[in-house]
Amino acid sequence: MSHSPSATHLKFFTPGVWVMLVFMFMGAVAVVARFTWGIGSVANLDNSHPWGIWVGIDVATGVALAAGGFTTSFLAHIIGRHHYEPIVRPALLTAMLGYTFVVLGLLVDIGRTWAIWKPIFNWNTNSALFEVAMCVLVYLHVLYFEFAPTVGEGIGGRVKTFITAVTDKIMWIFIILGVVLSCMHQSSLGTLMLIAPTKLHPLWYTPLLPLLFLSSAIAVGFPMVVFETTLVSSSLKLDSEMKILTPLTKITIFTLGLYMVLKVGDLFYRDVLGYLLDGSTQSNSFLVELGFGVILPWLLLITPGVRKSRGMLFFACCLIVGGVVLNRINVFLVGYHSPYAQTSYFPSIGEIAVTAGLIATLMFIYRLAVTFLPVLSASKQEVSA
Amino acid sequence: MKLNRRNFFKLAGVAGAGALATGTKKAQAWESKAPEDPFGCLVDLSRCVGCRKCEQGCNEVNKLLPPERPFADMLLLNEKRRPDANSYTVVNRYFTGKSDEQDHLLPTYVKIQCMHCQDPACVSACLVGALTKKENGTVHYDVSKCIGCRYCMVACPFEIPAYEYFDPLTPRVRKCTFCFERIEKEGGVPGCAAICPVEAITFGKRSNLLDQARTRMKKDPARYIDHIYGEHEVGGTSWLYLSDVEFNKVDFQDLPSEPIPKLPETIQHSLFSYLWSPIALFGVLSVVMAKAQSKKKEEDES
Repeated sequence: MSHSPSATHLKFFTPGVWVMLVFMFMGAVAVVARFTWGIGSVANLDNSHPWGIWVGIDVATGVALAAGGFTTSFLAHIIGRHHYEPIVRPALLTAMLGYTFVVLGLLVDIGRTWAIWKPIFNWNTNSALFEVAMCVLVYLHVLYFEFAPTVGEGIGGRVKTFITAVTDKIMWIFIILGVVLSCMHQSSLGTLMLIAPTKLHPLWYTPLLPLLFLSSAIAVGFPMVVFETTLVSSSLKLDSEMKILTPLTKITIFTLGLYMVLKVGDLFYRDVLGYLLDGSTQSNSFLVELGFGVILPWLLLITPGVRKSRGMLFFACCLIVGGVVLNRINVFLVGYHSPYAQTSYFPSIGEIAVTAGLIATLMFIYRLAVTFLPVLSASKQEVSA
Repeated sequence: MKLNRRNFFKLAGVAGAGALATGTKKAQAWESKAPEDPFGCLVDLSRCVGCRKCEQGCNEVNKLLPPERPFADMLLLNEKRRPDANSYTVVNRYFTGKSDEQDHLLPTYVKIQCMHCQDPACVSACLVGALTKKENGTVHYDVSKCIGCRYCMVACPFEIPAYEYFDPLTPRVRKCTFCFERIEKEGGVPGCAAICPVEAITFGKRSNLLDQARTRMKKDPARYIDHIYGEHEVGGTSWLYLSDVEFNKVDFQDLPSEPIPKLPETIQHSLFSYLWSPIALFGVLSVVMAKAQSKKKEEDES
């Protein structure tokens, strides 16, 4: 492996880090309230709206956006495109942190937090949620295993020798397992809402939902890598990695294109185009999702100039990431119609505080990790004085 | 990340063979898991007088908390209510335009509670199997398995399960129990059916109740609309309704006759029975990875 990731050892407490700490504190306050007075005291959830942003964003979107982990390890380690090696570690770190926070989000959302272990012993294999739970549980540990060598290198000495000895020979199993488990639960997350045919809006309710979830997760994997690599290299003033990102997003033309064809084809096949222009919140939200989150960025990506420009590529990838975020929010929240609700759901301040707090914590730990562990490969920019 | 190529292909071969063997079995059609001869209740909306005694009976036999406003308070009928964490059943009043000879509008009262579906979506959804469909027709909730994910509430087409949102650590899903312990005993009747003063709620075997409903409709065809709600809705429910007004005028939904779990369960099982697809994928990726690695080795050596 030609690349050599290293710790950045930059100044840690920047103003941005303080902002993260403020969000983390507000989230912590909301979490304390939730465990003192119950979910109802913090969240706008009721019997008509059992799931809110803690499921729609923290869990469903979190899992989708962590897809950079398995897509890059597939690319660099399984089909052996070693040229992409420098992006694997940061993507792996994001995936590991992402899944950790999916689980933390779940711990806040489920009513009986202390009972989280029960699915290990009580199986209902008819339930898509059972499969999601099992896969997330195993995959989380697979990710920890995959990331262990990085931690070992960071600590060095005997720890490094030990971790290398343990992981080296069997790492390939975990790399493949990571891809297999990801394909399983990314798709099963889409199966989840198929249990509510009368509640989910026809623009999203399709037997193809598992495939759409899987293909959109695969499509968002590399754009997510571009998104965070650009942010990180700007924020830490590292050299940009365009020579990797440009060819990487060429693959996205195909993966996003596949998702687009499936999604649009499904609309025609099920003959639900009539819902597209009825002016409802749902149809508008769908149009934004498809137009700005799928079609526009695809058109941008097929333009070579866009792929070569750092700013334009970042913009296109932001659209793709935003499109997948909106898709998950649409499927779990916007498109969810309660037959008897008297009010519609909008997240409370408390719910937003928890979600924002979790994201801030994730960014905080990411920053901590890249500062002290060998994750990033790009070299520091020469400061032109 | 070195790996022994021989072991690699061996493993991949086993995986592939396993996938083939199980893959052929996967195409089993979905089968209903509905009990053959469940109990049920037949609610006759044309008989109900809206006395709310069923709400009271339910509250007492299930030892629920006393209500905020007494059961005798009929002003509650001015608002549309839903079952909640402390009331498993509620009665709502509707004016559908039906009137008597003096043109006085006549109310229709509708009791709602868990329908105890034959193939319940909640049971299919519950990842830990805390919800089960019993042989006697009950959709039963076992709090000791519940983790509080509320997927049952997402799944239920009737929007029945309610949640204790203000209990910080041990909230429960709350819904009509069909008085499971009572009806398990010989001659036992659910609390609501036992107390109903006008026999608007008839308890019995579902098959007998369907016959009875048809008999009533035949005897008095002018009185009833020609629809037994729950006979076919979502594949059939243990609770059945007869009515003298159109069901959609009293907040009953038009529901498909297909059992709701059919599609998601068919997808889950055709993809994941015996884990054939993950095993096959693992096998394929092993081969791909081994080839890529040996290719790299050759390149490095040359």
